[in-house]
Amino acid sequence: MVDRIADIWGTRTPYAQGEQWPVRVDQVLAKGLTGQDVDRWVQSACVLCSNGCGIDIAVKDGAMVGVRGRAADRVNHGRLGPKGLFASWQGVSNKDRLARPLIRENGELVETDWDTAMGRIVSRSKALLQEKGPLSHGFYTSGQLFLEEYYALGVIGKAGLGTPHMDGNTRLCTATAAAAMKESFGSDGQPGSYTDIDECDAIFLYGHNMAETQTVLWARVLDRISGPDKPLVVCVDPRPTEVARHADVHLPVRPGTNLALMHGLVREVIRNGWIDEEYIASHTLRFEDLADQIEQWTPEAVAAECGVDASAVVEAARIFGTSRRVLSTVLQGFYQSSQATASSCQVNNLHLLRGMIGQPGCGILQMNGQPTAQNTREAGADGDLPGFRNWENPEHIKELAELWDVDELVISHWAPPTHAAQIFRYAEQGSIKFLWISATNPAVSMPQLPRIRGILSKPDLFLVVQDLYMTETTKYADVVLPAAAWGEKTGTFTNVNRTVHLSEQAVEPPGQARSDLQIFLEYSRRMDFRTNSGGPLLDWEGPEDGFNAWRECSRGRPCDYTGLSYERLRGGSGIPWPVNDEHPDGTDRLYGDGTFPTHGEDTEDYGHDLTTGASVGPQAFKAMAPNGRAIFKTAPYQGAHETPDGEYPLRYTTGRTAYHFHTRTKTGRAPQLHDAAPSMWVEMSPGDAESLKLREGDQVRVESRRGHLFAPVRIAGVRTGTVFAPFHYGYWDDHEGEDPEQHPTAANELTLTEWDPVSKQPVFKTAAVRVTKVADATGPAPAPTTTASRPARAGRVPATAGGAAGEVSETIAPAEPQAAAPGKEES
Amino acid sequence: MKLPVYLGLLHRCEHTLAESFRQVADGHGDEPDVYFLCRALADQCEKHERALQPIVERYGEVDKDDEPERLHADGLSSTRSGAVGLLRDLQDLYLLGSLVDITWTMVKQAAQGLRDAELIGVVTRCEAETKTQLEWLSTRMKQAAPQALIVAE
Repeated sequence: MVDRIADIWGTRTPYAQGEQWPVRVDQVLAKGLTGQDVDRWVQSACVLCSNGCGIDIAVKDGAMVGVRGRAADRVNHGRLGPKGLFASWQGVSNKDRLARPLIRENGELVETDWDTAMGRIVSRSKALLQEKGPLSHGFYTSGQLFLEEYYALGVIGKAGLGTPHMDGNTRLCTATAAAAMKESFGSDGQPGSYTDIDECDAIFLYGHNMAETQTVLWARVLDRISGPDKPLVVCVDPRPTEVARHADVHLPVRPGTNLALMHGLVREVIRNGWIDEEYIASHTLRFEDLADQIEQWTPEAVAAECGVDASAVVEAARIFGTSRRVLSTVLQGFYQSSQATASSCQVNNLHLLRGMIGQPGCGILQMNGQPTAQNTREAGADGDLPGFRNWENPEHIKELAELWDVDELVISHWAPPTHAAQIFRYAEQGSIKFLWISATNPAVSMPQLPRIRGILSKPDLFLVVQDLYMTETTKYADVVLPAAAWGEKTGTFTNVNRTVHLSEQAVEPPGQARSDLQIFLEYSRRMDFRTNSGGPLLDWEGPEDGFNAWRECSRGRPCDYTGLSYERLRGGSGIPWPVNDEHPDGTDRLYGDGTFPTHGEDTEDYGHDLTTGASVGPQAFKAMAPNGRAIFKTAPYQGAHETPDGEYPLRYTTGRTAYHFHTRTKTGRAPQLHDAAPSMWVEMSPGDAESLKLREGDQVRVESRRGHLFAPVRIAGVRTGTVFAPFHYGYWDDHEGEDPEQHPTAANELTLTEWDPVSKQPVFKTAAVRVTKVADATGPAPAPTTTASRPARAGRVPATAGGAAGEVSETIAPAEPQAAAPGKEES
Repeated sequence: MKLPVYLGLLHRCEHTLAESFRQVADGHGDEPDVYFLCRALADQCEKHERALQPIVERYGEVDKDDEPERLHADGLSSTRSGAVGLLRDLQDLYLLGSLVDITWTMVKQAAQGLRDAELIGVVTRCEAETKTQLEWLSTRMKQAAPQALIVAE
């Protein structure tokens, strides 16, 4: 047994380059139970991060009582991380679950039945359609539902109502991944594979604290690092993360300066001639656009702007330029910071310069933050059209109209679908009057919370919230719908590296809770949305009908699911798309032949100017004639919009801890995870703490131009001049001060409303703040010691551990690993 | 030679556009993308003015011409409010930007006739940025128009 709170990544199973990652099966069961007590194991995949680990759910007496990793799954080879181990089942089987719909009566939410709740939604919806039309309706969904549910929502919004106002909280986590791939390669679609970790000579992690956000993926990297021919590791992160501790080069950049660093790396790689001129000539265009933007970014200029050593920049560039096989991964440090798309495109550009895409070990992983974010993007529940179709391409709109048998004019495509911040702005201005929020908690996760609370509480906004629990957001709802959770419904979802998993229903939902799919189908039925031929728009009986409908929608598109079925996904491993006649067993990597989806008729997006977000448009795109070549896209460096000054002298950045996911709706209800990181803290460097005369655990007030919060301070290794705050902590379990106006603690009280001009992803990583002490410490800050929040000076804070409750069984090498390449592993 | 007349016109209308971008930024601070981008584009217009300076030093510029102004492009006197107000303000910027754009084109024609490599270089850089300014305005207005014209109050 291993305490997986104390040891987040579990026991090492070292392996060498090119070998298969050994199997290690992690299993945890409720206290007092053994494997023999389990009635049955039900196949699924984990939804507590974007990694997509294959998981089996233990069921006893109709309840979830534990989980184990699936040995045969290509993603995790049996492993699970602390969030999956402890929160996936305990976060669902909980007394607090919503079991009945609620409606607002005389200002109070009261229990009701489904007929009344749905009746109220539909009557408001119909009245608004009559009075104002479909643009009065907005939908804000999640990266947590299943593919079938997003597709149902996408069809309702696009072909039923005809509103462009649909987005997901994926806008907050993964929009830049999609945007960067569209700009560089013409379409969304992850080029790389997790198997690139097995093959690479060097791995670059750009703003990606993989050790905490995708712990199982990091275990794979750790096993390579402990193996005989370890890859070189380069880490870009302002905090001393576990990744940084293992890095050969750590670049702790000032938040907001990523693009300056990237320009510097690209410049070094080009000037040293570490480029593949033949590849550039045959498979790319607009190489010449790079020169103007990068010229000034000498290693010394980068050092001055980013606050890192010039020699470290040179060394990082040398590793990139001279390693035979390089894997790059990118996440929130880039996506949620200034010039997000431009910075992420420079990662793509580095790989294009060396022709290192789609070959073993030469991958790019533009990561996702959430387990099913890929499907939000694919199925059209966010600011994209289903099947990576291009809203500016009339042929694509026609395809959808034919598929759905509706009028082309119903499908709004005069502009890109409305992004989340703009949806909230329209609600603020009163032109969106009906907002349906599913499986997300904007009252904690959106930037500038005082403003968001004001919008959600507007009397003229009819707010529907669909969730597992009462949250900070349900508080403002006119109707609350109790949703079935993971394990209580069947559906599919797709992870970062395109691997599709089936998640089967293991138990019944509590009380009257219904799956999100059932709820959306019921809305469609009651609204009487119809096709041109007069049939119901959505005639699905259940999730498998939804999957089959989606399969048709994906036909011939980059995310082709036509070779998949529920039957095909039962047993064995998940399978990466495209899966079709050409690739019957799936596809491990994309673009190995140097051909990209940039033909005018295929491309998902004609691209943008990365500085302003101006559309390139069909004419200019076709005139450029990329015809299958990738495009070097870049922009001049501008830096953060809000930087420290005399009044607000510190940089503020937000982020995550290994023990929690999002606003802790599930992880906060797993005792092991709750106890490891029970409440809010902020991190400051020893130097900054000393100048403010702060000691470990002192209560501080952190204030920006938009709001303030109170929290104890952890004196940690974050770079001097920067304050870090975890974004997980809202108010649902805050027993001291229930009212965020009276005693604010959430990180997003301080963040500013601003977004990347292309991906429209909000900027959470740069703001200016000041810190003042409000009280002496009563103990150390409640921050883990096992992660990037470890104290700067060891030995003064008790180590984070789970004790007996944190114990997990690990079975090393019970089976040979499955062959990683598609087509060889099916048993 | 009448090129100085056009250099004067260009200088004035870049200046007007810069001021107008800044005015729209300040007037629409609740639209963060408009606020930040209009400020950045105002800076860009001022950069264009500075780029013209060495050219003006060589050719001179004429403030008032014997051809009197018929169409007055004086910039925005103040900004409007609300969704339609935003649309109108962006549209005014578009009109001013179009004047800048076509003036660059005329100056470029002259530069080519004069075989003035320095001026051609300045025009090429600035003209591309002006075009992107117009493309952004168009992109932003196309997104805002249906909501402003159909449902906004």
